[in-house]
Amino acid sequence: MKTLFSDLYKKANTGFWPIVIAFAFLIVGTIALFQNPRSLGAFLLLMTTPLILYFMNMPVKIKALIGLLLIVIILPVIGIKNIFLLEVIFQMAVFAALALGLNIVIGMAGLLDLGYVAFYAVGAYAWAIFGSKQMSLLYSIPGAAPAGAEFFLDSRWFWLFIFLGVGLAALMGILLGLPVLRVKGDYLAIVTLGFGEVIRVLALNLDKPINLTNGPQGITPIQRPPLPPEGVLMFLRSFLEPLVGHEVSDAEFYNVMFYFLALIIIAIVIVVATRLEDSRIGRAWTAIREDETAAIAMGIPLVKMKLAAFAAGASFAGAMGALYAANRTFVSPETFSFQVSIGVLTMVILGGLGSIPGVIFGASAVTLLNIQILQNFSLYLSDLRQSDAVIPIINFAWKNLSNQLDPAKYQKLVFGLILILMMIFRPSGLIPAARRQRELGEEKE
Amino acid sequence: MKQFAANPVYKFFLFPIGQILLFALGASVILSLATILLAYIFKFNVTDFDLVERTLLILPQVIINGLTIGFVYSTIALGYTMVYGVLEFINFSHSEIFMVGGIVGIQLMAYFEHIGTLATMNEYLVISLAILLALVVSGSLAVTVERVAYKPLRGAPKLVPLISAIGMSFFLQDIVRLILSLTTGEFNVILPKFGTFDDFWKLALPGMEDPLRIQIKSVLIVGVAVLMLLILNFLVNGTKVGKAIRAVAQDRPSASLMGINVNQIISITFLIGGALGGAAGVLFALKATKLDPFSGFFPGLKAFTSAVLGGIGNLTGALLGGLVLGLLESFSASYLGIFTNGAFGAEYKDIFAFAVLIIVLIFRPSGLLGQTVGQKA
Amino acid sequence: MNKRLLAILSLLVIASMALAACGAPSAPEAPAEEPAATEEAPAATEEAAATEEAAASMGTIKIATQSPLSGGQSLLGVAIKQGAELALEQLSGDLVAMGYDVQLAPYDDQATPDVGVANAKNIVADSEILCGVGHLNSGVMIPSSEEYHTANIPFVSPANTNPVVTTRGYLEVNRVVGRDDVQAPAAEEFAFTTLGAKSVYIIHDKTAYGQGVAEFFRAAAEEDGLEIVAFEGTEEQANFDAIVTPVVATQPDVVFFAGIYNQAGVFFKQARDAGYEGTFLGTDGMDSSDLADIAGDALTTGGGMYYTTVAGPAAAYPAAAQFAADYEAKFGSAPEAYAAQAYDSMNVCLTAIKAAAEAAGGTPTRLQVAEAVRQVNIEGLTGNVSFDEIGDLPTAQYFIIKVNAAAAADWSTNEIIEVLEVASPGKGE
Repeated sequence: MKTLFSDLYKKANTGFWPIVIAFAFLIVGTIALFQNPRSLGAFLLLMTTPLILYFMNMPVKIKALIGLLLIVIILPVIGIKNIFLLEVIFQMAVFAALALGLNIVIGMAGLLDLGYVAFYAVGAYAWAIFGSKQMSLLYSIPGAAPAGAEFFLDSRWFWLFIFLGVGLAALMGILLGLPVLRVKGDYLAIVTLGFGEVIRVLALNLDKPINLTNGPQGITPIQRPPLPPEGVLMFLRSFLEPLVGHEVSDAEFYNVMFYFLALIIIAIVIVVATRLEDSRIGRAWTAIREDETAAIAMGIPLVKMKLAAFAAGASFAGAMGALYAANRTFVSPETFSFQVSIGVLTMVILGGLGSIPGVIFGASAVTLLNIQILQNFSLYLSDLRQSDAVIPIINFAWKNLSNQLDPAKYQKLVFGLILILMMIFRPSGLIPAARRQRELGEEKE
Repeated sequence: MKQFAANPVYKFFLFPIGQILLFALGASVILSLATILLAYIFKFNVTDFDLVERTLLILPQVIINGLTIGFVYSTIALGYTMVYGVLEFINFSHSEIFMVGGIVGIQLMAYFEHIGTLATMNEYLVISLAILLALVVSGSLAVTVERVAYKPLRGAPKLVPLISAIGMSFFLQDIVRLILSLTTGEFNVILPKFGTFDDFWKLALPGMEDPLRIQIKSVLIVGVAVLMLLILNFLVNGTKVGKAIRAVAQDRPSASLMGINVNQIISITFLIGGALGGAAGVLFALKATKLDPFSGFFPGLKAFTSAVLGGIGNLTGALLGGLVLGLLESFSASYLGIFTNGAFGAEYKDIFAFAVLIIVLIFRPSGLLGQTVGQKA
Repeated sequence: MNKRLLAILSLLVIASMALAACGAPSAPEAPAEEPAATEEAPAATEEAAATEEAAASMGTIKIATQSPLSGGQSLLGVAIKQGAELALEQLSGDLVAMGYDVQLAPYDDQATPDVGVANAKNIVADSEILCGVGHLNSGVMIPSSEEYHTANIPFVSPANTNPVVTTRGYLEVNRVVGRDDVQAPAAEEFAFTTLGAKSVYIIHDKTAYGQGVAEFFRAAAEEDGLEIVAFEGTEEQANFDAIVTPVVATQPDVVFFAGIYNQAGVFFKQARDAGYEGTFLGTDGMDSSDLADIAGDALTTGGGMYYTTVAGPAAAYPAAAQFAADYEAKFGSAPEAYAAQAYDSMNVCLTAIKAAAEAAGGTPTRLQVAEAVRQVNIEGLTGNVSFDEIGDLPTAQYFIIKVNAAAAADWSTNEIIEVLEVASPGKGE
């Protein structure tokens, strides 16, 4: 069975076959999604295309062509038909950026950080506070906005705040890094965990003495950056509307815009992360991770390098935080709980610690699982319970299934099981880092 | 002197009791002095009443509150620290083991109530039975968890068992919820009312209007926790198994070469740690009077913090860390609001606790009692 | 290694496609060119169909629920889903008679805005969903309702009391519960006038709900010149010693707790045990018989315990007693807080869909349903339900209830002390 698969794969991976396969997935997926925009299977089929592009041998130009076709044309058009898909991709991109940032800290530099969500919060709150009416509400009690409050900054300031988010988060990374440099391993884990909690509790409590964060009520509305000028929209409409079959509203354009913004940021993040990995700094991080003492002996400036890891990792989260605040037009402390830090850590390790494609894949898989696959599964079973269907072999009507067994309630259970099984059967992650793969290979042979 | 030190009564009873007393008293006194000092400093800030007087008025109560919760933290923290000592990984699912212990204990009491014997039974017998059951259930659950989710990962990179433990934590929460909702249809597990341990002893202190009120429950919690600590101390330092555990913690390969069955010892470690967690769960349930499948998380997090504060892997450290954290929380929650005139209230107690943790770790990177360990190759 | 991964992945994809193929039994029936419920939907064919025999299948109508079904807040989230489910089962008869297949689509928002918004978009994309019930958390409702607003899907909230939910003035957002800025002054009025309190200790649970009520209570108390001993928020669930100590030391006349009963009950018990002798006052989050089990006789000793609620107790509303019995029969446990409100919310949805369907002579559009929701005027479990121009109840009726129960079984012995009618402040300042 195994050899059959690998033989087949080898055959498929030569000559022009990969191109055919990639196009087949792309076209079949697109058509299926076009017919039925809510189909999970069709969406998964389409989303397999990038994986094929990554794994199979074909000319780079063709890879780029297929990739661009998918990202620039197919996904936005289908996304306007079903805005949920754009949201899924947006969240994938957000979490992929977070996971890539955390991957720098943990995967490359070997510093266990359990409070990573703090940096995300810093970026989000930076734009939330200045991009909303909050600055004029500093002295009013939370929840009771007086009339006539104005937005503090014009919505175009958002573009600056993406960079400010990067800077602020990096600064926070250094601030956190400075005092805890001496702390190692699991001690570092708990200190960063504490830091994450501190930021969340501050967001929760800084509604007094001055009302900076509006406490648990959260800040809303937060401005979104302006859409492109009307002319551009008209042009896009003339091209899009025949394809989607209905008028494209501003809200839908916003979805597409945030989709592209997220993709642009993630592209930059990927480039930066890859360049960092191959740079002097990246090699210094590896050295620190493998053996701190030896790294010092080799003349690596430990303090600087560790701080650089914290700052670089944090900055990715800061950028995504600002984008997130604008997309949601609402932030509240609930978004930045410890569970999110754990979630991002899970993505990193599931995907493959230290492996950039692995981490992106891990983030996408967990996000997809969390907001689409498990939800769909629950809805499907809920459908079954409302129908007359019976469980085949044992002839048990779904209707009679106890309400307490409602699958929608146990998503976390399934997620937990997946985590355990993954760690037992594939501990190095879905797409292990090349380095680690070599190490594992040596052990086996 | 040497002979005296080897005397088992001294070694396994007097010395640890003395140590516990020392820690409890020492931490209380230091924090109290610091608080009184702060009260003098902040006196100008508060005008409606005498800050120092108000501080002194509630001080004994604050200390007792802190010690009660501190001992619970210590007992849970020991579970984290034991596993860490042997396997060097953070057993994230320990908080769920703790929660299961508490729920099982309450369920036993609820069962007694159901069959109508709760009112007539001796209350201390009921609690002892509940703790015993929790010891057994949590201990065996911890061993099972280890077998299923951690054992296959021995030798994998450190983060791998951590993630597995996180998965196990999710899994256990929902399994407990599933079982609870299938059997009782309930989500909250509520401690039935029985016995007299909700009552208070009133101690008149010289120079104070109101008597000091000590809940019998608090004394019970502290008493049981101390008993557990003594037993643990004996197990680890006085028995062959304990010696083996220490050997495995120090150097697993060598221990294995000396003929110690490492897998068995690791299982025993989980058994002891889990059982302690379960007992702590019952104690916590007495205090909290209500548990649900998710209530393990926060006490677990606090206990983990205690373990790190004391120096993870160090049993005495976990004890000290738990006490210090409990006291810190109690002090900050009670006094922050008073000192700052309401600007910062009890909601900052966790920040305060974490801030102290960070400061301690800056000056002692391996915790209060941890040894500076060299980098392991 | 990668080869195997890809092979496994492609298998997974094929498997999930198979699952999705059988999992979307309704999807292929809908022709691909059917507009996604835009405003110009009522077509001639539908009118024709409506005139034919009523029993003919008119298609599927789904009503979504969104609430946390997993995780720590699932207790109340599941209650919302189950309350709505019961209502759908009992009240969808008219729509079924009209030939519709009425289904529930329960979504789990996990109490996080991310998942809530993603689900909201998923709901928007499902053209069969015409109405929704949810959420539990205002923090999830506010961002999610931006999506409902753009897609014109009416949502009826059984639990969100934060003023911002409706003051944005969206047609699609409604609620069957009172607002924080109504409930809190009502509670304060009771404490000040009826109880004659001179000093009050205010504590909340650090959620948008608890803090909101507490802030408005404080504002009202300051106006009346009540002494506010302290204003605290806490996330603590189990050990309130540190907060209780100052309460006992100062002995305020009233302790006002803005939050949910499973936290408040523990606090009440510990405060009473520690020697607090005054009166506890709570919000509608206390409306659960479990409160009596958790807090025991802490509720009936000393100054006793009172709470404000919009949901009339079973004694005042016979329908509510029937509901509690039905709920217990179906789900095996007594209804939690918000289950009755969810029942009413679903009732609103069903009534509105029916009215809109009759008016449109066929399957209505989302916008038509949203407009119909605003016209609804029904007698619900929790009193009369109708909406003003921003989706609030025009006059919220608040009951002040005195708790006489020290155990869950006696919960029905609680009595109404006062009934306050408060007009909704509307869109406000």
